[in-house]
Amino acid sequence: MSLLTVDSIKKYFPVKSGFGKPQNWVKAVDGVSFKVKKDSVFAIVGESGCGKSTVARLILKLLSLTDGRIFFKGEDILNIKGEELKKFRRSVQIVFQDPFASLNPRMRVVDTLSEPFKIHRIAAKHQIKDRVVGLLEKVGLGADALNKYPHEFSGGQRQRICIARALTVSPELVVADEPLSALDVSIQAQILNLLQDIKKETAISLVFISHDLRVVHYLSDEVAVMYLGKIVETGETEELFKSPKHPYTKLLLASAPKIRAKSQELRVKSQKTHNSKLVTLNSNDAPSPITIPAGCPFHPRCPERLDICDKEAPELKESGGRIISCHLY
Amino acid sequence: MFRIIWHRFKKNPLSVAGLAIILSLAAIALFAPVLSPHEPTKIDVYNVLSPPSSNHPFGTDELGRDLLSRMIWGSRASLKVGFIAVGIAISIGTMLGAIAGYYGGKIDALLMRFVDIMLAFPTFFLILAVIAIVEPSISTIMIIIGLTGWMDVSRLVRAEFLTLKERDFIAAAQALGASDPRLIFRHIIPNALSPVFVAATFGIAGAILTESGLSFLGLGVQPPEPSWGNILTSGKDNITVAWWLSLFPGIAILITVLSYNLVGEGLRDALDPRLWTSEK
Repeated sequence: MSLLTVDSIKKYFPVKSGFGKPQNWVKAVDGVSFKVKKDSVFAIVGESGCGKSTVARLILKLLSLTDGRIFFKGEDILNIKGEELKKFRRSVQIVFQDPFASLNPRMRVVDTLSEPFKIHRIAAKHQIKDRVVGLLEKVGLGADALNKYPHEFSGGQRQRICIARALTVSPELVVADEPLSALDVSIQAQILNLLQDIKKETAISLVFISHDLRVVHYLSDEVAVMYLGKIVETGETEELFKSPKHPYTKLLLASAPKIRAKSQELRVKSQKTHNSKLVTLNSNDAPSPITIPAGCPFHPRCPERLDICDKEAPELKESGGRIISCHLY
Repeated sequence: MFRIIWHRFKKNPLSVAGLAIILSLAAIALFAPVLSPHEPTKIDVYNVLSPPSSNHPFGTDELGRDLLSRMIWGSRASLKVGFIAVGIAISIGTMLGAIAGYYGGKIDALLMRFVDIMLAFPTFFLILAVIAIVEPSISTIMIIIGLTGWMDVSRLVRAEFLTLKERDFIAAAQALGASDPRLIFRHIIPNALSPVFVAATFGIAGAILTESGLSFLGLGVQPPEPSWGNILTSGKDNITVAWWLSLFPGIAILITVLSYNLVGEGLRDALDPRLWTSEK
């Protein structure tokens, strides 16, 4: 059984126009489904504004669903309350993108990190400090960080504190919402390694949200590609990077900066063989999520457009171990 | 954190001067029994309305009471009214602003319309109307000034809550299972208080002025208990023969209110994070 099952979830935000009822809806997430296996890394990629972060917040129950269902360990999390909700809060945690905004500026590190222990009564009072120091060591910070305030740390150090905070409750699933994109490249590598070490040690599953394809390729077991609130292609990471099928996936892979690294893991091999003719988009900007194009949402930009594409939205189909929504397959 | 604020506050010499004056006034009020040369209520019929002299540096009033001593004791009334009235205003304003900003929706709309209604009343006349019903005394006016002065604070706190509750650290605390009271009191309010402190400083100045005004009209602190406002009343009656009765308390009120306003201004600049980035 999968750890997390997301079943055609939708989240529409109202766009108010002056007085009265909302006139329009931003379809931030429009029917997204996927499954996260236990002890694996599931990546969600896509360009800015495609609804990745909204999916993260929906999984965490930080936003309410417009439609659809989310199951964690087989249990529907829509209406959980009280003790069950507390148990869920201990099982699923989040790391945010901006480490400068995700720590309370008026709380010392020790207060931030001991708060979850107090909320959930996980450890006895005199043990909390030892547990906090242990966590700081795990993320590569010393005990001298305890009495400091967030503004005394660099971005990378803050992100380590955020990771430590997510680990306080020993969660089974951590949703990392672009945890690297606010950091310098050298720091990104450190945090990436930290995430991987923690993954190895504690058998935590990760939902890794990113727009950095190299990192996704390096870290994840499965990938879902999102475009305008919908998943266009899901598959095993290696397979998907080797032979992208959806035109959008191809374009996304072709647009990633190439690195001639010695490490095989960091090289995106597929680019030359598959995408030489597809490097240009028909239109550069993604359409607004308020006025999503009719038919396939990608058709105005798609280089491999068919006649049917602007009339009928493609269904999600299984094709060679992949789940794709495209009329080409 | 406080060191940064103090560092920035120090840059404005007028505000530092204001703070120094406020602190000395507080000391004067605290040590009034030691500092005042005479009993503030002791009547001396042989020295009625005597001009400033070595025995009575500020002169005496129409009952021969020492003006300096009455002003020293009167500073207690001003400070008490200032702090307690603003304390009441801040408590109510923070609570209602927090509820409106945190829960939003209908509760927010309801509370903010209530604020609009309260703001539509001319405060001073509202106070006058209330005092016409209840007996005037220092505690009555403290409570009334507090009950009519919380609206600005509640708007400020609501605005802070609206922005803070969207921040990631609030979402993170929520994801960790923090309850509503914990989110409000531990995470949002400590981050929302800077503008409240500034408003409070200006509020104290306003409350001192209102108290003086009410006492001047005979509706505040009741004689023989001294207050700067009610000393001015007797000053008005004798202004042609005893200038000192109007001048000294008038200057005291002016300097005190000015000091609070200067401190408020300095605090506002020191606490504004938008101004922090411009220099290091």
